[in-house]
Amino acid sequence: MLEKPQLSPEQAAAMIKEGMTIMIGGFMAVGTPEKIIDAIVLAGTKNLTIIANDTGLIDRGIGKLIMNKQVSKMIASHVGLNPETGRQMARGELEMELVPQGTLVERIRAHGAGLGGVLTQTGLGTLVEQGKEKIIIDDKWFLLEKPLHADISLICCSLADRAGNAIFNKTTKNFNPVMATAANIVIAECEDIVPMDQNAADRFNIPGIFIDYLVARGEK
Amino acid sequence: MDKELVRQRIARRVAQELSRGDLVNLGIGLPTLVANYISDDLGIIFQSENGLVGLGPMPTEDNADPDSTNAGGQPVTVVPGAAFFDSALSFTIIRGGHVDVTVLGALEVDREGNLANWIIPGKMVPGMGGAMDLVNGAKRVIIAMEHCDKRGQAKILERCQLPLTAAKQVNLIITEKAVIEVNNGLLLREIAIDSSLEEVLSQTATELRIADDLKTFGTEEMQ
Repeated sequence: MLEKPQLSPEQAAAMIKEGMTIMIGGFMAVGTPEKIIDAIVLAGTKNLTIIANDTGLIDRGIGKLIMNKQVSKMIASHVGLNPETGRQMARGELEMELVPQGTLVERIRAHGAGLGGVLTQTGLGTLVEQGKEKIIIDDKWFLLEKPLHADISLICCSLADRAGNAIFNKTTKNFNPVMATAANIVIAECEDIVPMDQNAADRFNIPGIFIDYLVARGEK
Repeated sequence: MDKELVRQRIARRVAQELSRGDLVNLGIGLPTLVANYISDDLGIIFQSENGLVGLGPMPTEDNADPDSTNAGGQPVTVVPGAAFFDSALSFTIIRGGHVDVTVLGALEVDREGNLANWIIPGKMVPGMGGAMDLVNGAKRVIIAMEHCDKRGQAKILERCQLPLTAAKQVNLIITEKAVIEVNNGLLLREIAIDSSLEEVLSQTATELRIADDLKTFGTEEMQ
């Protein structure tokens, strides 16, 4: 197979343009591509829409983009552990769409899997159902939740081979494998990049066909 | 009663609700204490919605692994038999009815089993995280909370005032004063040894039916 091109964190950040929608993997900054985020902070690209589970902490993960006021809209499930997120929301500087965590991952998966949406009971009878279509299936009500996709997904893996086949250790999996399916361009920041090996084909969490570019984290 | 004893009593009483081999999700705060009162031979499995079944105790500094964390992002150990997975599978477990019991705190609960615990508009907007999915998907929803709020106001109401986390999903409410089942309205099953029927009724802002076999609980914390 062809090798996936490797980028520096700065080259990856340069692909992100003002106004783009970006998915970023990770859960409370565990399994988050920190090197690429640092490079986006240095590049200063503004007016980003970020889709992610959370906004990290003020000095870790997506929190660094929030602190630097590069995010104009956030689609996330939980933002309570980064107080700056709440301050920017209160001042009207940051638009927030809060999505139940299971619905968020499934909306992303829906786009990646070519589905027109998801029917879920999560959110029925709450603020989440406002403005959404409700559908009866076998005498039960469900909410129609529409797919989410991004211009670029930034994910983080523990190991990838040069074809982009990737492994996510332990709880670093979280949103990373799903986000790899739902963007026009997918960039994976990797702790380790190893040669291809047909005898290792059984060990990967996702196949490399989802990954467009690799970025070496450059540290263990 | 001392705040810590209150929390211990609630956690100990919740633990008695768990059965052999149950898959259980404990919410942040008070619910996490429930794990301290489970005997290992029951084989209770704890799930963490960021992608883990088989959550173990907190690690020491030496064996903390930054790749093995709970839903708060803190390092955790795992027990033999544990497994890791991604968020899509995690919420397949949660929404698909594979979690036996979820234990959460609450700002308000009402007589229909409605729960509010994720937002105070204008004051606290942290987001719902996985709570809405958990409360909808778990087979049994147990609320573990102090009976009244910081200002002494009732949290068990005729109707929730705050925006809901889910409608009609709560099964059991356990406080330091009472154990209350949601069953066509609210049924008072147990009263704490240092409380009284009058106190529980006066601090609950909706009607309580009283079980025929009303019991007491909470002797352990009085010793």
